[in-house]
Amino acid sequence: MFEIVKKEPLNATVTKMVVKAPLIARKAQPGQFIIFRALPDSERIPLTIADYDREKGTVTIIFQIVGRGTMELNTLNVGDSINDFVGPLGTPSHLDGLKKVAVVGGGVGCAIAYPVAKKLHKMGAQVHAITGFRNKELVILEQDFRDISDVYKIVTDDGSYGEKGLVTDALEQLIKEGNQYDEVFAIGPLIMMKFVCLLTKKYGIKTVVSMNPIMIDGTGMCGGCRLTVGGETKFACVDGPDFDGHLVDFDEAMKRGAMYRQFEAREREEECELMQKEVEG
Amino acid sequence: MAFERNMDPKKTPMPTQDAEKRSHNFEEVALGYTYEMAVAEARRCLHCKNKPCQSACPVAIDIPGFIGRIAEEDLQGAWEILSASTALPAVCGRVCPQEHQCEGKCVRGIKGEPVGIGRLERFVADWHNAREDQKTEKPKANGHKVAIVGSGPAGLTCAGELAKMGYEVTVYEALHQAGGVLVYGIPEFRLPKAIVAQEIEGLKKLGVKVETNMVIGKVLTIDDLFDMGNEAIFVGSGAGLPRFMNIPGENLKGVYSANEYLTRVNLMKAYQQDSKTPIQRSQKVAVVGGGNVAMDAARCARRMGADEVTIVYRRSMNELPARKEEVEHALEEGIAFKTLSDPIEVLGDENGFVCGLRCIAMELGEPDESGRRRPVPVKDSAFDIPVDAVIVAIGTSPNPLIRKTTPGLETNKRGCIITEDEGGLTSRDGVYAGGDAVTGAATVILSMGAGKEAAKAMDAYIKGKNQ
Repeated sequence: MFEIVKKEPLNATVTKMVVKAPLIARKAQPGQFIIFRALPDSERIPLTIADYDREKGTVTIIFQIVGRGTMELNTLNVGDSINDFVGPLGTPSHLDGLKKVAVVGGGVGCAIAYPVAKKLHKMGAQVHAITGFRNKELVILEQDFRDISDVYKIVTDDGSYGEKGLVTDALEQLIKEGNQYDEVFAIGPLIMMKFVCLLTKKYGIKTVVSMNPIMIDGTGMCGGCRLTVGGETKFACVDGPDFDGHLVDFDEAMKRGAMYRQFEAREREEECELMQKEVEG
Repeated sequence: MAFERNMDPKKTPMPTQDAEKRSHNFEEVALGYTYEMAVAEARRCLHCKNKPCQSACPVAIDIPGFIGRIAEEDLQGAWEILSASTALPAVCGRVCPQEHQCEGKCVRGIKGEPVGIGRLERFVADWHNAREDQKTEKPKANGHKVAIVGSGPAGLTCAGELAKMGYEVTVYEALHQAGGVLVYGIPEFRLPKAIVAQEIEGLKKLGVKVETNMVIGKVLTIDDLFDMGNEAIFVGSGAGLPRFMNIPGENLKGVYSANEYLTRVNLMKAYQQDSKTPIQRSQKVAVVGGGNVAMDAARCARRMGADEVTIVYRRSMNELPARKEEVEHALEEGIAFKTLSDPIEVLGDENGFVCGLRCIAMELGEPDESGRRRPVPVKDSAFDIPVDAVIVAIGTSPNPLIRKTTPGLETNKRGCIITEDEGGLTSRDGVYAGGDAVTGAATVILSMGAGKEAAKAMDAYIKGKNQ
């Protein structure tokens, strides 16, 4: 059993949890993920590791309440235990040799972008971070990003906080200002990653995206997480979750991601209308 | 001999749930022999001197021995003989391909039907498991520690054998529940999960520790396990990686690997009415493949409410690799067989959901290396089957997580771990392997045989090292 040692709501639908998992904390790397089941009969859900502390033996996860599984996780509090918590799964992000990088996070994807940015910063790379949200209420990890970025931009769709606009606007501005990036990391909703990739393709900048498709086991067994990358079928759980964004078939991934949307929506309706607006809005 | 031999040329029939009724529930299909049926069937055995059945059993059960005890109505005696050779008799009695093993060699099968060895094995195991007064003596510890990777049939057997010898055994399972393919793959109606759970409980009583959520190769490596004081390690990580057809449309919504489909239905319990596991409720399902996994997936789809389920197989009914009983049960349950057909494209609708499977007709040509006649496409024979789900059950290969993280562990080009002999020694000192991780997808009983042999080899290795 995996004890929750800290729980903190980051906004109305996003929660941060620090979980006691010494074996996972010992091996975790940015880009890797865990699979959890909150209760003994919950669904298995993958979540990218947001942070880890090898000495304290803890792993931090940040999740958005989307369906039943994340709802159940959110019912647990400090002192409670998560029934199953397995990892670190997937291939770590390749960060070696990078000197100047733009890290782009969208919404709850910022939780995944953060450990990448943090590690790059620790390695001594120049980090330009851009995080985007729909509105001010949904902003997360602002201070965390500020602490590790050489340049930090925050944008909102409606202009209620930071600059008004999309992450792609902010990124293009930085590129046009003459910033030459070794690589761009884009982590967020599929549609955001797709448009970041269209932009960086235009400028010929290698772009890595982190894919988070539906999966069960996370070890290559179910094949549910398959994606088309460069015309080949890949499993996000073992071949990824990081992929060359210029090769990913985002349209297919978006369709596959919507496979159980009705299931998720039904679970949310039963729960809380306000939350549904947040998630789907 | 205190009884009269039963010379009925036919097996005592197995009581089964009515086909129409069972195709809507997940309860066990075969109900098991009664005491009278078992004794009558046991009395069909001729007790051949050379025991051809035993030599065809991968774990070499003394088959005439245990059957003789049933015939004499000594069930405890039958249990003792059976359990001396197999750790999982309730499982094997249900899922072994007996027609290719013990029963295939039975002399009674020459002029009639062979003795129902599998059914009798199941009977004895169920009789034993139903008793409340069963005792398990925890063996005396020998002070040595071993680790088992994977809790499927190979790992559980190896664990049981080593525990009986006094080893401190820890079994590591990647999923949240122990049992491997016995719990995620084989469905409830063929192998009730309560039986697997009971077998695992039995191992725990022997002192075996089972740790779930432990993906070896990720959480811990093989080298970590050695650092933790294990003197030998058995890798029984199975063949869990699904193969796909590599045809257009395979990533449409509604195309499942059999692994994913069966895992959702079985392990994640989508078959229960109040289950929270998302699964597509399909009306018309095509299952591609002809093995046991294909039969399992088809019969699960039927039970999940599909009106039409079609097995699409590229050879003919004669070449189906599935266990005979499973094919018969599938036919009884109304599963259609579209044989000599090979999928070339999955068709999708405007929302990306599956709406059909395009196939071409095949004919059988010359025999290939497997000895079976090779299917050859018939020109201009494409046809469409309207379906809303496709389940791909064309085989699996070993998972690469362990070979990728274990320096010096050699594998072949199909990703199978290379072993030196039947003891399962790999290219790494102290590391043994067996089951599907070595052979590629095979059967429960072959895995058990490998686990058993490896346990002996590991014991010899550790004893040799400590002399």
